[in-house]
Parts: sequence; C-alpha cells; structure tokens
Amino acid sequence: MEHVLCLLHTDADGAVPQPAREAVTTALRLATELGGAALAIGVIGAGAAAAADQLAGTGVERFVAVDGPDFASSRYATDAAAAAAIARATEATVIVGPATARFARTLPGVARRLGGRIDTQVTGLAVDAGRVIAERWYYRQRIVTKASRTTRPWLLTLAPGIASPWQGEPGQANAERLAVELSAAEQRTRVVGIEQASSGAAQTIRPDADLLLVAGAGWTKKQADGQPHVADAARLVLGFLERTRASLGSSKSLVDQSAEGGAVMPFMTHLNQVGQTGSTPRHPKGLATCCHGEEPHVVGWRFIRERRAINLDPSCGWARGKADVLYVADAFEVMAKVNALLDGAS
Amino acid sequence: MTDGYHIIVCGSLVPDPLQTLEPVPGSTPPALKNEAMLPAVLDPWAAHSLFEAARLARETPGSKVWLVSLGPKSRLQQLMMQVAQKVPFELVALDGPASGFADAAEVAAALAGAIAAIPGLDRSRLLLFGGCASASRDAGATLQMVAEELGIHDQFLAVDELKPAADGSLRVLERIEGGRYLASVCDGPPLCVGWSTGSLPEPPNSPQIGMQNMRAIMPALQRAKPAPVGSQDLAWLDARVPDQRRDTRIVKDASTDAIAAEIVAWIRS
Repeated sequence: MEHVLCLLHTDADGAVPQPAREAVTTALRLATELGGAALAIGVIGAGAAAAADQLAGTGVERFVAVDGPDFASSRYATDAAAAAAIARATEATVIVGPATARFARTLPGVARRLGGRIDTQVTGLAVDAGRVIAERWYYRQRIVTKASRTTRPWLLTLAPGIASPWQGEPGQANAERLAVELSAAEQRTRVVGIEQASSGAAQTIRPDADLLLVAGAGWTKKQADGQPHVADAARLVLGFLERTRASLGSSKSLVDQSAEGGAVMPFMTHLNQVGQTGSTPRHPKGLATCCHGEEPHVVGWRFIRERRAINLDPSCGWARGKADVLYVADAFEVMAKVNALLDGAS
Repeated sequence: MTDGYHIIVCGSLVPDPLQTLEPVPGSTPPALKNEAMLPAVLDPWAAHSLFEAARLARETPGSKVWLVSLGPKSRLQQLMMQVAQKVPFELVALDGPASGFADAAEVAAALAGAIAAIPGLDRSRLLLFGGCASASRDAGATLQMVAEELGIHDQFLAVDELKPAADGSLRVLERIEGGRYLASVCDGPPLCVGWSTGSLPEPPNSPQIGMQNMRAIMPALQRAKPAPVGSQDLAWLDARVPDQRRDTRIVKDASTDAIAAEIVAWIRS
C-alpha cells in the first residue's frame, strides 16, 4: 500500500500559501482514489506546526513539522534536510508538493538523497487500477505525456492551478515536531533579502491575477507617423496594469531589446518573458497586444484559458487558431480607449 | 580572494525552438519524429550559463570552464561548430541520447560520473552551472541531482546574477514568485547554480576562439564514453501533441470604441 505524503512549506508570514493548499486538495483525492492510502502532511518553515493547524480540518491523522528559525528561509541545504527527514519519518512512497520556487530548487536533490525519482511541474494526477499516473509536459509545453513509475519514493511537484486550494476550518493538528540537526556545512548560505526585479517602481508580475497582458515588440516599432512611441506605449501598458491589476508578460523580442540597447519600456525585464525561455503562466484570461510569431507564444500561452489579441495583421499565424478573438486594430488606440472605459469615462 | 574557479557547465543540444515537434506514434519510450534530422541548438538556458561562466572565468584569473554534454556524438560535433566560437571552454562529451524523455535521474548519474572523472578538477573551487531547466525534458531537476551526487549542498535555481565578493563569498539572486529575487550569500565554492537568462547577450562568433576550442573538442568527442541513459523506471502510457486549434473570431471592421467596449466587458465578465 502507498504511503502518501503531502509536503508543504510556509510562506514568509508563517501561513500556508495557495499552491500548498492546492497540493493538499490533490493529495486528499489521491489518497482516497488509492483506496484509503495512508496520508500524512509535512510542513517545513517558520511556524510550521502552527501552519499545520490551519489544515486540521482535512481530517488527516498525521502531521509532521520541521519548525524553527533555521528553517524559516528558503535555502537548499536546510530545506533538503527537513524534507528528507519528514519523508523518512512518514515512510512515504508517494510525495506530492507544490512546484514553488522553494521546492523546485529543493525536491530534485531530495529525490536523489532518498534514492527515489521525481517528476516536476505535474499537471494532472490520476489513479488507474491502483497505479498512480502523472501527466506532465515535455519540450516546453509542446508534448503532453502520461506515465507511471515503479521506483519509490516518487516525488511529484504539482504545477499551480491544477486543483482548487483546500479550504476548511483550522483546528488542532497536534503536529509532531521533528528535530533536524544541521551541520555547519549546511549553513554556509544566508538569505539576505528579497528584491523587486523590475527596474521600475511598479509591480508588473502578479501570479494571482485574473488577467495576463502580453506586450509584444510591436509596441516599440515605428507607428503610422514614422516614429516609435515607446513612452506612450509604456504609459498605456502601465495604465492598463494599474486599472486591472493584471500581470504583465512579454515576448522574447521585446525584452531582448533592452540587452541590445534598443528603446524599451523601463519596467520590462526578462522575468516578464513568456514562451520558450520564459515562463508559462497560468491565468484565466490573456490579452495579447502587438505580438507576432507563433510557436514561442503558443508555448507561453499554453495554460491561458480565454485568449484575445489585438494585432494589425489579420493573418497573424500566432493569433489565428490560438486566440479566441483577434481584433484587427491599432493597439495604441484601443488600449487608450480601454483605459478610459476602465476609468468610467465614455 | 579566490585562486580561480573550476566551472563546470552542464548543457546539451535541444531541437531548435522554432521546429515543430511530434512524437512517433506508439513509440515506447516516446521519441520525436525525425529527431536525428532536426536542427539543434545548445539548450537556451544552458547557453546563458555558459556565457556567464565565461565572463566569471575571464574576470577571475586562474579559472577554467568545462562544458559537459550528453548527446549523440555526431550531433554534438555539429553543435560544437556553433558553440565553440562563442567562449573558451574544454568539452567533456558523453555519447548517449539527448532525448527529453530520458529520465533526469539517469542523466544526472551519468553527468556526475563524468564530472567526478575530470582530471585536475578541484572540488573546493567548483562552481557547477547549468540551465534552470532544459527545453527538452523541462524538468528543472537534473542539475540539483548532479550536485547532490557530488556532495554540493549549496544550490540555487533560476539565477540571474552571481557576484563574487572580496572575502571569497558569492552573492546570488534567484528568481522567485511574483517577479521578485531572493538574495543569498554563500561562503564560497563549491556551489551549484541553475541559471535563468542572466544578463548577458549572446557573444559574437570569434573564429580565433573557435579554432582554439576545436583543437581539444575533436579529441574529446573521440574519447566520449557511451552513456546509454533512458527511462527504465517509467511506464509510458501516452505522449501526444495536444489539440490546441481554436476557432478564432476575427474582428476587423469594428470601430476602436466598439472593440474597446467589448474588451472591457470581457475583462469584467
């Protein structure tokens, strides 16, 4: 029989972040579909035992926590030691956790340490005839696969957005606190802070936003008067983000212009890039403006449910067949009007 | 201050990102159609890590860069014709599949074995570099397993900046959620860095560097040991290109006002 471990970490405030709650939902379902497999929840981080109390309503019998200031920061050596200790203590055979930056860094090494295997960014988990089946994408979201493994423990990090976050009443989880001894070699790294990546003052990347605005290189090209209007473009894009609280994505060609010394929007960085060498964000809606090209955008937009585009080219290879609606129009004019409408002006 | 770094960059070939990819129907384990014929490039994130390694080596006297690549020998040779002109490095080649469907654990074990066998490698000066994920397996897992196998317990993923300090420590900026960076300071090597895009543009081709590199690359390719990695542990059930065609509604004769109104209504819905 499988022993399922749902492995989580707390956030900076000691709370259980949304991707962790999504992993809880998946782990509960997995344990049920495995015919009532043993399920434990392990929590790492500052306030881990208290965070376990937030999940007491899951009805899970066993909670294990690695708590304390040494484990507050997102650091490979300490996180790996904690995760391995929890996995061993719970005798886990299947370990699911959120594909957060913290666990993306840590869990592959933990799989090696435990003699197990790992699949990352899993987009679906199912059980068929008692066998766990994982769905994940290869070649930058171009080929989707389903596979199962025989090696245990099998670690799986779950892509955000594939399950609803678990909601329930807090209670008394009575988490067991595991004592994890750390050597000096495991404390050679010190986390010294968190910095905003954007060079501008505005926060332009919001993973929890309902809408993703993708700005393409067309914003910086010459317009009808023969001149580029990058400052106007920046004002329109930033204005839209302020009004909608949307997240901002970009095509590679636009962010590359900064490295090549071209005129750029000051708040745009490589972190905004979606596609082949960028992120594949998950938002319910996406609006693309001035984007061209096909495959890189398809990759970047794989997990956007509703897609619309504003583009001057009605036969744009990316928009046709990929977007739900293509508006053939000047994005400068349309976005200025959209911003005005969002302000309530006529 | 350091006497120089020994920088190992792990990276191999992937299909050119603009190629259309399809799995061979019914193949187990999965394989790409015409895989051997697809134009290939050095994996984009691994390329960034190679360029960052070269800069760090240039700025730190006594440093040396190795590129450790696992792929079909003949295709690695073609790849090196492009890559060798970019920056100075010594190649360590492993002859095996570059398929994304090969398991990260098996690839990691092969890479770690090859790294451990590099003559003269000083692990106390070792910086293990690679991409934060590949454009093939796209797992973001191999590098951490290589590091774990080599006993490196200071690991960083999705790094955009690595700065040595005068006291020998290294300051690292890692991408985290919400468009932010996690800033850390590590006492010094050995450490493992999975690079994101970094901050360097692709270097121009230098025929001089190319000729210098190729003198050692050809013997390295001839010495390449077989590395028959696969996915022994995986039972593949399906591999396919998802149906993604949408029935796009083209709106091309509407006024700006009408389009804007429709977009706002959609956003608010």
